[in-house]
Amino acid sequence: MKAPAVEYVRPRSLADAVALLAQHRNEARMIAGGQSLLAMMNLRVASPGLLIDISRLPELCSVFDDADAVTIGACVTHAAIEDGQIADPSRGLMPRVAATLAYRAIRNRGTIGGSLALSDPAAEWPAVLTALDAVVVVRGPSGRRSLRCAEFTTGIFETKLAADEIIESVRIPKLSAGGRWGYRKLSRKSGEFASALAVVVVDRARGHSRVVLGAANGAPLVLDHTSQLLANGAQDLRSAVAADLARAAERHFDEFQHNLHTVAAMQAMQQVLQ
Amino acid sequence: MTAIRLQINGAAVADDVPPRLSLADFLRERRNLTGTHLGCEHGVCGACTVLVDGAPARSCLMLAAACDDREIRTIEGFADDAVMQALRRNFHQHHALQCGYCTPAMLITARDLILRRRAGSEREIRDGLAGNICRCTGYTNIVTAIAEAAKEFGKEPANA
Repeated sequence: MKAPAVEYVRPRSLADAVALLAQHRNEARMIAGGQSLLAMMNLRVASPGLLIDISRLPELCSVFDDADAVTIGACVTHAAIEDGQIADPSRGLMPRVAATLAYRAIRNRGTIGGSLALSDPAAEWPAVLTALDAVVVVRGPSGRRSLRCAEFTTGIFETKLAADEIIESVRIPKLSAGGRWGYRKLSRKSGEFASALAVVVVDRARGHSRVVLGAANGAPLVLDHTSQLLANGAQDLRSAVAADLARAAERHFDEFQHNLHTVAAMQAMQQVLQ
Repeated sequence: MTAIRLQINGAAVADDVPPRLSLADFLRERRNLTGTHLGCEHGVCGACTVLVDGAPARSCLMLAAACDDREIRTIEGFADDAVMQALRRNFHQHHALQCGYCTPAMLITARDLILRRRAGSEREIRDGLAGNICRCTGYTNIVTAIAEAAKEFGKEPANA
């Protein structure tokens, strides 16, 4: 189908975008790559009154590489991450993830900030950035605030982003030289949304170990017990995953999903242990 | 209405468009460039793929209003392109199209794979084509044609 009637504006600065959003907060939506929003509009499940095009705002397209973190602007595309056009804080994890995300034509336009803002439960970035312990920087009328990625996504398509806020960037701590990662996405076809998604990051030098599941019937699911066991040297991780999944009863995994998540988590951890 | 100025297949174009108009409908209905096809209109089938600033994009998931200052290249705009010529010849020789509906976008996607050196094996080509659906299911010949075209460009940089 075709998108419903809508107004369109392309502000010239982030400050202008924030002001416009404050003025039209009830009917406006930000559009960056539009790779989910326009599909939703074409399907008539979204019908904003005003689209504020932030895709070319220089403030949102920049990347800062400092000593211990890389700050990636919200409108940096998946393809730029895939191709290594920007600094990689993750020792290869983020380019690897980007390459498995939808299709190249989508990756050329879709953005990391857009993926976080929508927080589709099956999306890659919320889970991956949670595993990397990233921080989401948002901008609203009263200034900036930072939220840990693990707390940013609160449920299915639900985040802590207020109606008058825009995601500005994501600050990702750098993995140290010995940092390891594992990533396993299970989907029926290359580029489809995940049926199960596991991301593992272990950085002993920073005392960081995290096993995270995506496509988990809600926000990214951190497997706390498993993460801790993995940090202490792996033993009987399968039981740990089972215990963590049992604790997440509110996710209502059926047996098939339970098996998929277990397989994804085990395979991702295997990559770290190799 | 939103005023836009852009390049389409090398020619400067200016128009006023309603914001809800997709790039695909703009190309087809206003510019009469009907080689760009529409299948699903939600980014899954790939039939509407065109180049935006040199990179493949879904024209059903872009607003014409957002294409101000951009360069668009559609299947009608590749007459002098060496990689596209090789692809067309191989699609012909290997019978890589049946109804032809997916073909323009298959060619644009395949050209991008060859230029980015992602057409070195059957596996790579099939991965790269995952976002372009052929409902005649003629993938075997499409993959063969792309593999053969890619060979012609060997290890030398294929010129865009």
